[in-house]
This record gives sequence, C-alpha cells and structure tokens, in this order.
Amino acid sequence: MAKIFDTPLYPYTRSPDQEETTPVRHPVVVIGAGPVGMAAAIDLAQQDVPVVILDDDDKVSFGSRAISFAKRPLEILDRLGCGQPMVDKGEIWNVGKVFFDNRRIFEFNLLPEDGHKRPAFINLQQYYLEQYMVDRIRELQVKGKPIEIRGNNKVDAIGSHTDHVTLEIDTPDGPYNLEADWLIACDGAGSPTRRMLGLDFAGRVFEDNFLIVDTIMEADFPTERWFWFDPPFNRGQSALLQKQPDDMWRIDLQLGWDIDKEEEQKPENVIPRLRTMLGDDVKFELEWVAIYTFQCRRMEKFRHGRVLFAGDAAHQVSPFGARGANAGLQDTDNLIWKLKLVIDGTAPDSLLDSYDVERVYGADENIKNSSRSTDFITPKSKMDRTFRDAVLELAETNEFARPMVNSGRLSVPCTYDGSCLNGHDEPDLPEHTRVGGPLVDAPVGKDWLTDLTGNRFQILAINSEVEPVEVNGVSADVLKVSTADAPLVGERYLGGADAAVYLLRPDQIVAARWKEAKPADIEAAMNTAMGG
Amino acid sequence: MAELKTTPNIAYADDFYADLLAVHEGLSEKESEALNARLILILSNHIGDREALGGALALAATPK
Ligand SMILES: Cc1cc2nc3c(=O)[nH]c(=O)nc-3n(C[C@H](O)[C@H](O)[C@H](O)COP(=O)(O)OP(=O)(O)OC[C@H]3O[C@@H](n4cnc5c(N)ncnc54)[C@H](O)[C@@H]3O)c2cc1C
Repeated sequence: MAKIFDTPLYPYTRSPDQEETTPVRHPVVVIGAGPVGMAAAIDLAQQDVPVVILDDDDKVSFGSRAISFAKRPLEILDRLGCGQPMVDKGEIWNVGKVFFDNRRIFEFNLLPEDGHKRPAFINLQQYYLEQYMVDRIRELQVKGKPIEIRGNNKVDAIGSHTDHVTLEIDTPDGPYNLEADWLIACDGAGSPTRRMLGLDFAGRVFEDNFLIVDTIMEADFPTERWFWFDPPFNRGQSALLQKQPDDMWRIDLQLGWDIDKEEEQKPENVIPRLRTMLGDDVKFELEWVAIYTFQCRRMEKFRHGRVLFAGDAAHQVSPFGARGANAGLQDTDNLIWKLKLVIDGTAPDSLLDSYDVERVYGADENIKNSSRSTDFITPKSKMDRTFRDAVLELAETNEFARPMVNSGRLSVPCTYDGSCLNGHDEPDLPEHTRVGGPLVDAPVGKDWLTDLTGNRFQILAINSEVEPVEVNGVSADVLKVSTADAPLVGERYLGGADAAVYLLRPDQIVAARWKEAKPADIEAAMNTAMGG
Repeated sequence: MAELKTTPNIAYADDFYADLLAVHEGLSEKESEALNARLILILSNHIGDREALGGALALAATPK
C-alpha cells in the first residue's frame, strides 16, 4: 500500500492566474499547506474571505512529525470542521509511567475532567491531520467556498508594500507573479518568507539531539506514555515511547550533542538501539527516522505590515509537551477573525497588532514551558543533573517530589491576561473562566458549549435576560443558558453567583464578563475587543 | 505567604549542626552533593511557602 505521505494530495495544475500579464491581486494568500496554513485558509473560507494557499510540495508532511494534539486545538479543529475524524482515528491515553534507571518510579493517571466534548489530548500522526484538512478544503470547494490550494507553487521572492504584497512563484510551468492584500506566512521553521524579508529568529538551541523513530510493531504494550531517565538501554540519556494509531509507535531517544547525525539515522544503527530497548521478541519495522535538535526561538514580531507570520515560521519550540502544531493552530484561531474584521472595514487595522501581542505572549509561555522540560530532561550543568537525579530518586517513594518530575508538560492554552482587547472582569466569578481565557467547555442539554459558540461575537447569558448588540455593523447574538439544563455551566461560569453575562470573541476567548450587564456595557466591551 | 525567618529558630543548634555533619560522614563528594540536593528538596517542600523560599534563595545567593 502506498504510504499516505507518498501520495500527491494537491497535485500541480495550471492556474488561470498564470496566463495573466499583470499579476492578479488576491485578498489573502497563505504560504504553506502545513497544518497552520490550512487552518488559516479554512477559517477564512468558512467566513467567505477568498484565499489561495501556495505550497512548494503536493503532499502531506513526510513522516508523522507532531503526534500529540491537545484539547484546545481539537476544539479549534471542530470549529474548522476537522475535529471529528481526528478524534475518531486518534489514540486516547491517560496513564503515564516514569522510569529511572531500571526502575519504574511512579505512574500517573490524567483522569480527565468530565463534561468536556474533547479529551485532554489524542495521539495521531500529523499526516492524518493534514489529510483531514485537505478533505475539508475539498468539501468547502464543493460548497462553493472561495478556497484554492496550489501544489508545486514555490514562493521565490516577496515584496512588502504599505497596502499589498507581491509574490514571485515558481512552478513546473515556470514562474508567475501574484499580488495579495494580505499575506499569511505559514512556511515552517525554516520560513523562506522570514529570510526573504530579512527578519530575525532569535532564541536558544539546546545542545542535544534526539533520534525520533516511528515504528510499526505488534506489541502488547498498553496505550500509555512511558518515559525513561537514564535507562540501561540508553545510558545517561532519556527515552520516550508513545502509541499512535495503526500499530505505530513513536520512540524518542536522546543521543547527546557530539554525534554523527548521518550515521545515527542509518537503519543498521537504529535497529540495534531499538532491539536493546524493546527486547529480542518484539517484531518491528521502521517507518520514519529523523534527528531533531531542539530549539526554542521566536520572531520578535509576528506582524510585519501586511505580512503575518503564524506557526513554526513565527516560533519554534522543543517538542516536549507537544506545542508546535498545537500553538500554531491557536495562532490562526486568534488571527483570522481579526483579519476578517479589518478586511471588512469594521475594525481598525491596529486590531491586527493585538494578534502580535497576544500570540507573542502565547509563544513565550510555550517557550518557557518547553525550555523547562528540556532543562530537566537534558540538565545543562553538573549541579542541574544532581538536582534532577535527586528529584527522580525521591519521587519513587515520596509523593511530594513527583510534581517536579518534568518529562514534558502538556500543552494548555494560555489566558491573555492584560490583553488590550480585554474588557470588564468580575473577580467574584470563577478564576478559570476569567477574561482573556478560552471558553471552558460544558454540556448544555444535548449540546456542547464549544459547538454552540465561535465564528462570531456572542453573549452567553447565564440565567440572565439580555438583548443582542451591534457595534460598527458587527452583531453579537445571545446564547441563553439556564443552569437548570446545564449545571456544569453553573459550576464553571457562575461559581457562587446566581447569574452572569459573558461576552465571547469569535475565537471563543472571553472578552468581558459581568454578574449583570447593561447593553451599553456589552457594547463598550465589544468595541474594546474589536480594537476600538 | 510568610517572610523568611532570619532569627535563630532551632533549639540546640549545636546538636543540629552535628547531625548535619554526621549524615555526610564517610560519603564521597558526589554522594554528599546528592544528599544535599535531596535535603534541599525535602526542606523546600516542607516550607512550601513561595515567599519564604524566595527569601531563602536570595539570601543563599548573596550571603551578607
Ligand atoms: C523533522 C521534523 C520532526 C518534527 N517532530 C515533531 C514532534 O515529534 N512533535 C511535535 O510536536 N512537533 C514536531 N515537529 C513540529 C511540527 O511538525 C510543527 O510544529 C508543525 O508542522 C508546524 O506546522 P506549520 O504549518 O507551521 O509548518 P509546516 O508543517 O512545516 O509547513 C510548512 C509548509 O510550508 C511549505 N513551504 C515552505 N517553503 C515554501 C515556499 N518557499 N513556497 C511555498 N511553500 C513553502 C512547506 O512545503 C510546508 O508544507 C517536527 C518538525 C520536523 C520538521
């Protein structure tokens, strides 16, 4: 059977744009059909903003790459119409085991909280996500939505102007030019756009390499996450084993800094390593092997005039805690509604600066968490290692030390505390549904709050009566919820209060909240959230 | 949150100091370092209070 990443999914076809002598202008061009570029484009097309995606390839990404998708990105993918196939196909796990040397020092159970549509996270190969996104693009096209994906269209040069961007594109038929009112650069960690515009990408490289192997094996290991510190089969280093669908397992083996990358990736060197790890009885087959050097870097600014950077192009983190693809999906979630309002002329151009502020904040939080995990896993000094080993040693018999064991923290969305788009907050209401944070899911009768919201401003009126409002021609409709049908909404959004009113942004972020709100209060908050 | 105590707080300080040396007796430098690390973690957890811990870290980093 041909592997999914060998099959062209959006093969090159000649576009009528290539016949034109003067470059055709598009409202939005996205560079890169990775998960982030496709998320941006699907989001725009769903809102009827015409968009063209350019990619220098015609296939999904090679190898599984990202495999852990957290709850918030799954909710975003639900909004984009690709969440269900992900969850249907993905592996859900709750138990993690931590080993030190040859001993299992403890295990944890994530015991997800009830009353959420989506699990804490799933494991799924990145190419499945990309395939589901291409499927979704095709579905939108059938519905007549203005979205195009052009394979084997390599962007070779970019010109940035005050009110548009020019692009030179290379294709199998030769070059052509395009113009875009707005350009979203989702062209990955090596972003040619960044390079062509001469922009920075500063940060920290960790002096370590990891061998990342996807292997198909028939093993009766349980669906759990196993992490080893200093195991007999990889002395002085670490190892991680995780399950993916289709009997695929992800193995990460830390190799250290002074290695020969070419040599280490050769099957004759990889196979013996896996043998010592898995034992002689287990049959396995290599699917994908890569060497990964960890980097934590970001651009100083994600917005450069008419060019907006998202995903790995804007920031890169070490993979512990699965933040790469997850963070990228939160970027476009934040960006697209703002871009639409600016394109429609209903919000000032400066609203897009808040994309930069909010997502730089998110990137910094991801970089902080992922640097901390990396510092624990690869201690950078003798003293760091002494403390690390002391934590591990104590953790075996002492519960208190376990929270300090850091083999990767799961990606959770950040709360934009202090964002300039935040409106009134009511300190008596529960902290975890505060202003700036993403909507916390809860069942509402037979529905889910996450399914009832998104894509537009909304007023969540809990045990309250409010009227819809309109600001600059943008309306916010009312979602009335009674805690009689939705007790968990009461618990999560009211705490001890009898009633509350929440204003939600189109990206399901809480913009403001009150125990009681007058129309003028809601309008003012909405104006603030629209950058007014 | 509580401020770090910097006035004498251990009864029979000489006894405690002797106990501290005693647990290190016969250990190699590396073993002693590991023991100290464990001890710091155990005591830190016992204190728990982030303000007191912050005060302790600062005081240890710049002893006056
Ligand atoms: C080898 C490797 C291993 C990884 N392993 C993990 C992992 O184990 N866990 C994890 O969480 N994350 C991992 N990641 C990171 C994760 O895959 C990324 O965070 C995620 O793919 C980011 O998505 P993106 O859409 O921003 O960029 P990408 O998925 O990189 O997509 C960028 C797209 O831009 C296109 N492009 C580039 N230049 C041009 C051009 N000039 N013109 C047109 N198109 C262009 C590319 O073809 C590509 O399709 C890995 C990445 C790599 C490269």
